This record gives sequence, C-alpha cells and structure tokens, in this order.
Amino acid sequence: MGFQPIKFYQTGTYTVGNRLLSPDQRSVQAGESRSNSINSGHRACQGCGEALGARYAIDAAMAESHGQLIAVNATGCLEVFSTPYPESSWQVPWIHSVFGNAPAVATGIAAAMKVKGKTEVRVVAQGGDGGTTDIGFGCLSGMFERNDDVLYICYDNEAYMNTGVQRSSATPPSARTATTMPVGPEPGNAFGQGKNMPEIAMAHGIPYVSTATVADLRDLEYKVRRAMKMHGARYIHIFVPCPLGWGTASNDTIRIARLAKESGLFPVFEAEHGEVTSVLKIRRKVQVEEYLMPQKRFAHLFGTRPHPEMVARIQDIADRNIRKYGLLDKEAA
Amino acid sequence: MLKQIEGSRAVAEAVALCRPEVICAYPISPQTHIVEALGEMVKSKRLSPCEYINVESEFAAMSVSIGASAAGARAYTATASQGLLFMTEAVYNASGLGLPIVMTVANRAIGAPINIWNDHSDSLSQRDSGWMQLFAENNQEAVDLHIQAFRLAEELSMPIMVCMDGYILTHAFERVDIPAQEQVDAYLPLFEPRQVLDPSEPISIGAMVGPEAFMEVKYLAHAKQMQAIERIPQLAAEFRNTFGRDSGGLIRTYCTEDAETMIIAMGSVLGTIKDTVDEMRNEGHRIGVLSIISYRPFPLEQVKSALLHCKRFLVLEKSLAVGMGGIVATDVRMAVTGAGLKGYTAVAGLGGRPIFKSQLHQLFRQAERDELPPVTFLDLDWEAVNKQLAREKQTRRSGPVAENILHDKGIVSAKFG
Repeated sequence: MGFQPIKFYQTGTYTVGNRLLSPDQRSVQAGESRSNSINSGHRACQGCGEALGARYAIDAAMAESHGQLIAVNATGCLEVFSTPYPESSWQVPWIHSVFGNAPAVATGIAAAMKVKGKTEVRVVAQGGDGGTTDIGFGCLSGMFERNDDVLYICYDNEAYMNTGVQRSSATPPSARTATTMPVGPEPGNAFGQGKNMPEIAMAHGIPYVSTATVADLRDLEYKVRRAMKMHGARYIHIFVPCPLGWGTASNDTIRIARLAKESGLFPVFEAEHGEVTSVLKIRRKVQVEEYLMPQKRFAHLFGTRPHPEMVARIQDIADRNIRKYGLLDKEAA
Repeated sequence: MLKQIEGSRAVAEAVALCRPEVICAYPISPQTHIVEALGEMVKSKRLSPCEYINVESEFAAMSVSIGASAAGARAYTATASQGLLFMTEAVYNASGLGLPIVMTVANRAIGAPINIWNDHSDSLSQRDSGWMQLFAENNQEAVDLHIQAFRLAEELSMPIMVCMDGYILTHAFERVDIPAQEQVDAYLPLFEPRQVLDPSEPISIGAMVGPEAFMEVKYLAHAKQMQAIERIPQLAAEFRNTFGRDSGGLIRTYCTEDAETMIIAMGSVLGTIKDTVDEMRNEGHRIGVLSIISYRPFPLEQVKSALLHCKRFLVLEKSLAVGMGGIVATDVRMAVTGAGLKGYTAVAGLGGRPIFKSQLHQLFRQAERDELPPVTFLDLDWEAVNKQLAREKQTRRSGPVAENILHDKGIVSAKFG
C-alpha cells in the first residue's frame, strides 16, 4: 500500500484524536499520559473556548516541561471558573494574585527558580484579553522588555466576559458589548481603536510570538510546545470564542473560531525576534459575513436595518490582514 | 563593624546580610539609594545567589515579590510615597496570601501637591493592609529592624514594612554598627515557606473564597498580628543576646518615672523630642516620651501601661486623617479608653516641614498647661491659610491652591531655621 498523507480537514472536524497516526505524531491531548492540568468539573459555560484553549495549552506545556510547570493566572473567567476553594481544577502548581500583574508574578517565580537552581521548572502566565491588552499591559510589556523566562498566553475572547461582556481594547469594531451598545448611527464598538497585541509583542523583539485558535488544536499544541522549547519571554495569543458574550451557539465555538481564521480576520502566524516566520494559510476563504452573521453581537449589522457599510469596513480589515500576512496561497487567491 | 555610613547604604548592607534571593527595584525618592546599593552588590556577586530585577513600576515590584515569595524565595523591595500607593492592590494581595515579603518604606508625603519630603502619610495609608509596620528612630535601628523583620515575617508568614524617615534617615550619614554575617546567620534561619509553588506537590494559591470562609481568613491575618505582639519583644530580646544592643520591640519609654505629660511619636522626630524633654527635665518639668516602634500590630496594652500614670498625653504625628485629625492619636486614645487622661494631637512636619526644638518647647508647655485644642497644626501659617480661604470666598475661579499659597509666601527656602 502506497504512502497516503492524512488530511485532517477531510474529516470536517480537524479531529485531534487521530488514532490513524503513529503514536509520535499524535497530539498531547490524544495521549494517555496527558496531564489533565485543568481537570473536569470546573464551572465554565458550555462551549467555552477559553476552557478548551487553556486545557490544550497547559497540557502541552506540561508535556514539553515533563511536568515541571508552574502556572500564573490573571483575574478573569479562567481564574473564577476553575478555582473556587476547595474545588480547584488545577493539577499544576497555580497562583492567582490580582487582575493586572500575572506577568510580573510569573517573573518573580522564574527568578525564584533561577536563584534556586531549579532551571527545569518552567513558568506559564495566562490571562484573558482584558488582563492582557488593558490592565496587565504594563506588566506584560515590562516582562517582555526584560526578556524574562516566561511564556505568556492570552486567551482572547474579545471583551470582559467575567464581569458581563464589557468592551476591552481587544473588542473588534462594531461588536456589541454592554459598554458599546448597538445604538446610534455607528452601533457597537468604534472603528479605528483597539490594540494588536501579537504585533506589540513582536515589537519587543522577544524570541517567540504566535497566534492560534481553538479551531486548530494541533496547531495550538505545536505552538505551545515550540514556545516551551525556547527560553526568554514568549507570547501566544489564542482566539477563544465565547458563546455567552458573542451570542453564539455552544456547539459553534470551533466553527466560529475557524471562520475567524478562514475570513482573515484573525491571522494565525508565528514570529521570532520580531519577524514573521510562518503563517497558517487560509484553506477556504470566506467573506466576513459568514463569520459575523452567526454572532448576536454583530446582529445589528444585518436584519431589518442593516449596516452594509460597516460590514464592508470589516471586510477591509480582513483583506488587509490577508495581504499583510500573505494568508492566501497564490493559487487559492 | 562600626561604619560612618549613609542610612540607605546601611540598610542595603543589612538587607544583604539577610541573604534575600529576589530583589525588585523601581526608582522613587527617597528609597533609591537602598536599591542602588543592593543592585551593585548583586552585580558584583558580593550578594549571591540573588536575582535583582529592574521592574517597570512599583505595582510590578510588589507583584514580582509576590511571585518570588510564593515560589519559596526570600523577597525584598523598597518604595515610598506614590510608589506605595501605586502598588497598593498588590500590597493587600501579598498580606492576603500570607507571603512574608519585607519592604523598606522610606517615608515620604503623598501628593497632590507633589512633595518628595518626609512625613508618614504613605505607610499609614496602608494601615489596614495586613502588613506589619515597624518604625525606626535612627539608622542603627533601621538596620536592626530589617534583620528582625525578615525573622518575624517568615515566622508568621506575613509581610512587614520597615519604615524609616525619608531623607532625615535615608540620606543621613551616621555611625552605624553593621553586624557580621555570622551573627545574622545565627539569628535568621533559612526561609521555610508555609506554602510554596512546587511541581512535585501542586497546590492552588489565591483562588476565589466566598462568604463561607472569607471572615476566617481575614481574622487569621489579625490573629497573626496578635501573635506578633508576643513575638516582637521576644525577638528584640533575642536580638540583644546575639548582637549586644537594644533595638526594636513594641514601644520604648524615656523619662517616664513621675511624668505627668507624655509625648508620643514615631520615627526620627523622637530625637528632637528627647532633646527637648532633656532640657525641660533640667528645668524641672515632669515630662516623658513614649516611642511607638510597632505601629502595626498596635500594642494597645503596652501603650496603656506606659500612659497609665500620667495626667495627659500629646501625640505628635507626621500624618493627618483629613476630616478627623490624628491617625496615630486615634489608636492611642483607643489604648487609654476610660483611663480619664487628657489627650492632644499635634499634626507636624507634613511634607518635610522642619520640626524645631523651639517649637516643641512651646508646644509641650502648652500641653502641660492644658492650653491646647484637641488638634493642633504645628507651625501652620494661618495668614496664608486665611488669605486663601478669603480668596475662595471672593471669586469662583480662585485657581490652584498650592500655587496661590506659594505665591503669597514668596521665596521661602531661606525661611527655615
């Protein structure tokens, strides 16, 4: 029998169980020795992208560090749904201090490990988009600039979900949040604002920056493992849909994440020392409407009083990303 | 070893002798010389192993300390004034988590108006943060209190601020006895954390706690400080045995036998107060001094015992509870509840306003004659204050208060002395 390359997308689910693969090619999560870092029984919503992303990311980091991992968590959904004493889901040493200081706490832990000669112990800090792009931004930039030996993971669901869906500097234009209501001539969040955190991270010249989505968990695992092979400040930005905040069906989390990537709105790439080294190409390009329409936070763009001009501006953003990062293969374009 | 040395450098030497493993530095006057000196010691490997981290803010300084301490490292930082306020959220977090961080506070006023000089507003604003606060009277005591602080903090697994007056102590060159490393090693055991982030024994630190346990956690922080009331005098006694001098403790008294009037204060102003009291004693005044070294925990019983035989007390404090009066005075009054003593508060030295013996002579005599109002503002320029009040009555757009006052006063630098 000849060589048959396995294409995961043929299954339509990008499955990660993949028992068709040889053991060394299987994902961390498919392995019996996965660490279950965030154990079952936590209180995340059904279909929570952040719970999924964190589970895969931390298990991958555990695999790569041979179980020698300490995790730091900013205040936020992940912290709240995973921990109320005495029901912590965390099977790794874990600390939560306050909302805006996870990168600095991680720096302190890394320093302690270094001074004690425990160089095998690695440190991961994690936060939501608010904890990363807004309130924790100063500490994160400081950690990057000092090139501290910390992997920081941002689970980006594009608003403050824990407090009830308020706008953050990662909220996309026109999105409805509790503080950017779909009223007035330009409903939802304003255009021309917000921070591109992966690019800001790259501007620090740190060893590794990448983005990932929960639609491609093998890629997510790969990026975490790759980051964990390096030392110094590293940043991974994971796109994690939020059914509650976005008004999407719980069973659509993966599909929505995939549409964000396939539309070009969320470029998936890797960068080293400030330069992009690889991008995940768009397989089947979709118009942004396909991504926006299933989400109630964008409902005001469609329906009886639509805003096609705003949809067009969002399409412009996607097209710019596609050009800038080269997200389309020539033949697919 | 006796050295003629700047207060900040002496404290840096003392901290280094305590073998901190992680030091976080962010510059703010007047604590900068301490972390500068420590930075040099770490870089030259004189202090090793130690990680010295130049952070991007005081909030990060305390947060890095939290991470280091939770990972089992002896952590130290220093700050003052605005820096202490900027790190406040993490300050409360460190004590809430029970992490024995030691921090020097080079006491400095809080703006606005921005002012770099000494008073006690900064650390007193953290009164209820769950941190212990020890106040040094001079640079020898600042050195000694740091060594005791690491011991006490780690024993109780609670953080401590060692407070020393900005500039007056931090920048003063005095004769200081810097202990030998063997002495400090004998006094201060290795840090054995009560809780530690360790992959071989994973625990969750800092998770959500609901109404069912929050009260108990908070009470236990209080209980720790009550334990400190017991331990602080014991550690001071042990310190005397090891190092051969009296330093620290909860309170200190001076000329209290037969004293009818007691002056109460914290920090370096006690030197001026004691000199004044010496002179008044020579003139036959029955006056004594109570120094409060441990502001938190506040030694209610000890303060009460020290005041029981006097007729009146005057709390001279470098802090102001705006809208109320004294901060330290409130605690002292609590200590002597029901004792029938007359109590006065003098707010003095705010923003570095010098406190002179001549002023104290007058103030203390007024206190002796029971001529003081409940709250006095020492050396307050009533003319300037009244002028500003009149200005505000006269016109709506009266402008920035500080600028008006300075304009009215003209060039003032030569007026002190």
